[in-house]
Amino acid sequence: MTTALSIKDLRKVYNNGFEALKGISFEVQEGDFFALLGPNGAGKSTTLGIVSSLVNKSSGQVEVFGYNLDTDASKAKCELGVVPQEFNFNMFEKVEDILITQAGYYGIPASEAKKRSEFYLRKLGLWDKRDGPSRSLSGGMKRRLMIARALMHEPRLLILDEPTAGVDIELRRSMWEFLREINAKGTTIILTTHYLEEAESLCRHIGIIDQGTIITNTSMRELLQQLNTETFILDISPAQTECPPLDGYQATLQGDHTLLVDVEKSQGLNQVFAQLSAQGVEVTSMRNKSNRLEELFVSLVDKTLGNHAKGGSDHE
Amino acid sequence: MSNRELFIAFWTILVKEIRRFTRIWAQTLLPPAITMTLYFIIFGNLIGSRIGQMGGFNYMEFIVPGLIMMSVITNSYGNVVSSFYSTKFQRHIEELLVSPTPNWIILAGYIIGGSVRGLLVGLIVTLLSLFFTDLYIHNFWVIVSVVFLTAILFSLGGFINAVFANSFDHISIIPTFVLTPLTYLGGVFYSITLLPEFWQHVSQINPILYMVNTFRYGILGVSDINIGVAYAMIIGVIVVLFSYSMYLLNTGKGIRQ
Repeated sequence: MTTALSIKDLRKVYNNGFEALKGISFEVQEGDFFALLGPNGAGKSTTLGIVSSLVNKSSGQVEVFGYNLDTDASKAKCELGVVPQEFNFNMFEKVEDILITQAGYYGIPASEAKKRSEFYLRKLGLWDKRDGPSRSLSGGMKRRLMIARALMHEPRLLILDEPTAGVDIELRRSMWEFLREINAKGTTIILTTHYLEEAESLCRHIGIIDQGTIITNTSMRELLQQLNTETFILDISPAQTECPPLDGYQATLQGDHTLLVDVEKSQGLNQVFAQLSAQGVEVTSMRNKSNRLEELFVSLVDKTLGNHAKGGSDHE
Repeated sequence: MSNRELFIAFWTILVKEIRRFTRIWAQTLLPPAITMTLYFIIFGNLIGSRIGQMGGFNYMEFIVPGLIMMSVITNSYGNVVSSFYSTKFQRHIEELLVSPTPNWIILAGYIIGGSVRGLLVGLIVTLLSLFFTDLYIHNFWVIVSVVFLTAILFSLGGFINAVFANSFDHISIIPTFVLTPLTYLGGVFYSITLLPEFWQHVSQINPILYMVNTFRYGILGVSDINIGVAYAMIIGVIVVLFSYSMYLLNTGKGIRQ
C-alpha cells in the first residue's frame, strides 16, 4: 500500500523557545480517513502547518506520496489540498474567482478551472452564490468554499483542520457525507476536530497528539476496544425512590426516572433488562452517557498529563 | 511545474493584482489624476508662469516629466505594499504558500502587477499633461526603459516594506517619511544646478534624482546627471532588492511561522 503522508522525527521550536513538536513520527496510508486529535495547543495545527508549508519546521522529514517536502516541494504540494481552521480567502473576491485563482496557482488553465469550479460549487451548494463577494457567505458556506478551493487541483491527500467548527448539525452531516464520498473515490483524508463524534463516525485510523508527542496511533476499532466499561442512561418507569438492585452491575439512580448503569465489555445488557423487568421496572428509553471515543480521549490525555506532572516533580 | 504551468501561475497573480486595483479605481487611479492635474494648474500654470525658464525649458515643460515619474514611483510602491500586506493580513497568502507556485513567480507576479498600476497611472498623468503642454520625445527607448525599470524598482521596495509590516501604520511610514521627501528633493520641481555645490553632491545620493533626470532626458534631452551612471545605479538597486526579496520569501520572513 502506498504511504500518503510520512512524518519522521518532526520537531518545531518557535522563536519564543516553545517546543510545539518533540520529534513526532507517523504515517497515513493511501485511501485512509485519519483523525489527528489532541487538546488545544497539543501540536495538531503546527503539524498540519508544516505539512502545508505554512510553518517552518525545526528538523525532521515530511513526505507526501513519496515526495520530500524539502527536495521535491512542487510535486508534494500538487498532491496536497488544505482546508485551514480559519477563513483565509480574500473577502472582497467573488466566490468563483477564488476557485479559479487557486487553480491558476497550480498551473490549471482558466477553461478547465471554470469547469471544475462549477462542479464543486454545485456539489457543495454554492453555485447560486458564485457571483457574490465571498464576505457575503454564511459561516457554513465559507467552510464549504474552502473545501471546494482545496479540491480544485484534485489532490490525492486532503487535510482538514477542524472543518466543521461552528457549523450547525444539519450542515455538518451533509459535509460528512461529502467527505465520505470523496474518500470512497480514493482521496486520503486527514482531519482534526474537537467533535469526537465526528472522528468516530468518519475515521478509520486515529492519532492522538498531546504536548508535542504522539501518544496513540492506531485503528479506530482497536482504540475503541480499549474501552472496558460503557455507561448507559436508562429512562425508567414507574418512578423510583431507591436504586433498584442490579446484580453484577454498578448502578446509580439519578432523579426518580433515570438510572445510570456501568456495563463492562464482557457483560451484556440483557441481564439488566431481565433484572429490572423482574422488579416491575420498565425501561422506556436508553442512550450512551457520552461518546465512547470521548471517554478514551480524556483518559489518554489525562494519563499523559499525569506523567508530565510526575516528570516535572521529579526534576524539582 | 512545466513552463506553461509556471506562466499560468504568474498570469493568475498578475490578473488578480490588476483586478484588485481596477476594482477600487476610485482609490487607486482617480486620486493621482486629480492630484497631478492640481500640480499642473498650480505649479505649472499659476506659479510656473512667474518662474520663467528652468533647464532651458518653460517651467511646465520642465516639471511634467518629474510629475509623471512621481506618479509611477508612488503608485508602483503603493500598490505592492498595500496588496501584499493585505494578503498577509487577511491570510490569503496561504493560498499561494500551499501551492507549488515557486517564490520567484510569486515575486514576479506582485512586482509586475505593481508596475502595471504605476505605468497605467503614469499614462493617465501623461495624457492629462497634454491639456497643459506639448510633450516632446527626445529618445523613446530611454523613456520606456527608465519608466519600466523605475516601476519595477519601487514595486520591489513596496514588497520589502509589506514583508516587514505588522500593521497598516507600517505601510504608510516609508511612503510618508522617506519616499515623499526623496521625490520632492529628487529634481521633480527644480534643476539641482540651482543648489549650492555642497547640496548638489548631497542630492546625488538620492536615487530618485537619477530616475527623474533620465526620464526627463528621454523627453526633453536634458539631464543634471550622467545617463549611463543612472542606468547602472537603477539596475544595480533592482538586483539588490530582488535578491533581498527572494531571500525574505525563501526564509518565510513575515509570512511563515
